[in-house]
Amino acid sequence: MPAVIQLLDFHKTYQTGEIEVRAVRGVNLTIEPGEFVAIMGSSGSGKSTMMNTIGCLDRPSLGQCLMDGIETGALSRNALADLRNQKLGFVFQGFNLLSRTTAQENVELPMMYARPRPAAVEQRRRAVEALTLVGLGDRLDHTPSRLSGGQQQRVAIARALVNRPTLLLADEPTGNLDSRTSIEIMGIFQSLNEKGMTVIMVTHELDIANYCKRIVVMRDGLIRSDTHVADRLTASDELKKLDAEQKAVQLTV
Amino acid sequence: MFSTIRIAILALRRNLLRSFLTMLGIIVGIASVIVGVSMGTGAKAEVDKRIASMGQNLLTVMSGNMARGGVRGGFGMAPNLSIEDYDTVRREVTGIAAVSPEARISAQIAAGNQNSFIQVSGVSEEYIQARSWSLKSGENFTGGDVRGASKVCLIGATSSKTLFGEGSDPVGQVIRIKNAPFTVVGILESKGSGSFGQDQDDVILVPYTSVMKRLSGDSKFRAIFVQAESPDSLVDVQAQLTELLRRRHKIQEGRDDDFMVRNQQETSDFFNANNRVMTILIGFFAGISLVVGGIGIMNIMLVSVTERTREIGIRLAVGARSRDVMLQFLTEAVLLSLMGGALGIATGYWLAPLLTALFEFPTLISQTSVMLAFSVSAVIGIVFGFFPALKAANLDPIDALRYE
Repeated sequence: MPAVIQLLDFHKTYQTGEIEVRAVRGVNLTIEPGEFVAIMGSSGSGKSTMMNTIGCLDRPSLGQCLMDGIETGALSRNALADLRNQKLGFVFQGFNLLSRTTAQENVELPMMYARPRPAAVEQRRRAVEALTLVGLGDRLDHTPSRLSGGQQQRVAIARALVNRPTLLLADEPTGNLDSRTSIEIMGIFQSLNEKGMTVIMVTHELDIANYCKRIVVMRDGLIRSDTHVADRLTASDELKKLDAEQKAVQLTV
Repeated sequence: MFSTIRIAILALRRNLLRSFLTMLGIIVGIASVIVGVSMGTGAKAEVDKRIASMGQNLLTVMSGNMARGGVRGGFGMAPNLSIEDYDTVRREVTGIAAVSPEARISAQIAAGNQNSFIQVSGVSEEYIQARSWSLKSGENFTGGDVRGASKVCLIGATSSKTLFGEGSDPVGQVIRIKNAPFTVVGILESKGSGSFGQDQDDVILVPYTSVMKRLSGDSKFRAIFVQAESPDSLVDVQAQLTELLRRRHKIQEGRDDDFMVRNQQETSDFFNANNRVMTILIGFFAGISLVVGGIGIMNIMLVSVTERTREIGIRLAVGARSRDVMLQFLTEAVLLSLMGGALGIATGYWLAPLLTALFEFPTLISQTSVMLAFSVSAVIGIVFGFFPALKAANLDPIDALRYE
């Protein structure tokens, strides 16, 4: 089984006017199937650039990016689109759902562009299945404006899962959420990972990163540390703790 | 494809007012195409009706040749069709139902204390049949009247009104043509205006012999009217007439005819040439407004692409190919212009009869113009929607996702 992601001497350079920005300067990284990786770093560290390349939204300037053994740098725009459609699921900080479109239709969106395209009945079945998995089986025809932030992020996760990808990419998935909802979302990621899904997540919050199995820290376009998480948090335990704390507060008041 | 159309409809519904205002340009353009073409078609139908009123399966032999030397002087030239020409045509040409010469004079006509300047046509007893004309009252003059140059006449509806007043029946009355007394034997049914717009009913018909012997002294006709037995024999009769008259007029091989045999189709083409110019002119202006409407669509689609950059980014991120995005925006533009086209056609259907009612301008909406208008609006959608759609399709997914 090939590595899900393999970056070999990966460089990315942007040309903004006269100035050349070297966002990533030679990164080697291998992510095996079933891993749950947090990528951390301050802004400008090159983590977003790396995520864009891993997400097949961009190609390396130098070096290689292998996705499931396929070199993405050599692929056409259309081939990259197909790769995103079939092997990748995206979850964004700002949810990025289509407004005035129901939860179910949002989840069906990736299947619209699948080749071959599933039949309408099959699309519906899979969308309902994915939404039920994230706990929104009873909110199928709600538009994003009628859903809370946490619920919107669940719809986004369902959308990311619906084409059964090999890799789930999350860019600051808890950035717009309160702490309790953040833990709930991390819980969904943890349970997906337990079922074998590979997850890569960008975050700048260490307590969120501690739900992952591995933490990669970047600075100035290079990997500064790559560590295994020793005291891993589990979402279910943390939620219990939170409930207990809230109860204690209520009792004392 | 169906889901693409559904998405496009949803997107257009989101900005209903804007969609409608964008369509307005196309609506105006298509409506003017429909109305303009209907005016042309209506005018043509009117001409055809008038020409048909001249008579069925009618061939007209005229003195002179309009085509010769580029001078359009046919009617004004000296008559050169002789009585012998007419007699030979009557004897030798096969497949004809009726034939009549025409010798015209304009004369002072008096009846009682009324007098008026009316055109007098000297014709044979078969003339009213050739022109598909019927009598309102009285009877046609006979072959005997023609042979004997009798002083009898048929009177047109307008002339009857001028000379005898409305509603009177002048059969048996006497009118004086250049002071010669003629007895009215019949009154012609009203025919309305002719192909030149002249009043066909302001006329007095007398035997051609009477005109030639008693009134003008001419010995030549300006025209001979020939009615073919059927539409099928029209071409054959036309060929016979030409051959016969060339022989009689001793026109050598390779020389132009000194007469002209016209069928109704040719006459209709002649008059419709003007209508065609008008139709082209209206079409040109309608075309300009369609281009303006198309630019309106392009403008709004560009705004729409910018507004929905993030949506495009999401679609690209989940795996839409450039072609998918392109198709989506192109469908929207085509749908916009097709709906504009449909509304424009509806407006045209409403406007054309209004035009007829207000200005008495004949209009006729043809299926062809509707089909044409519809396909034109589809083409406009594709042409003017292409650039915005291309812009959307070529967006960079990362930039599009980051767009605020």
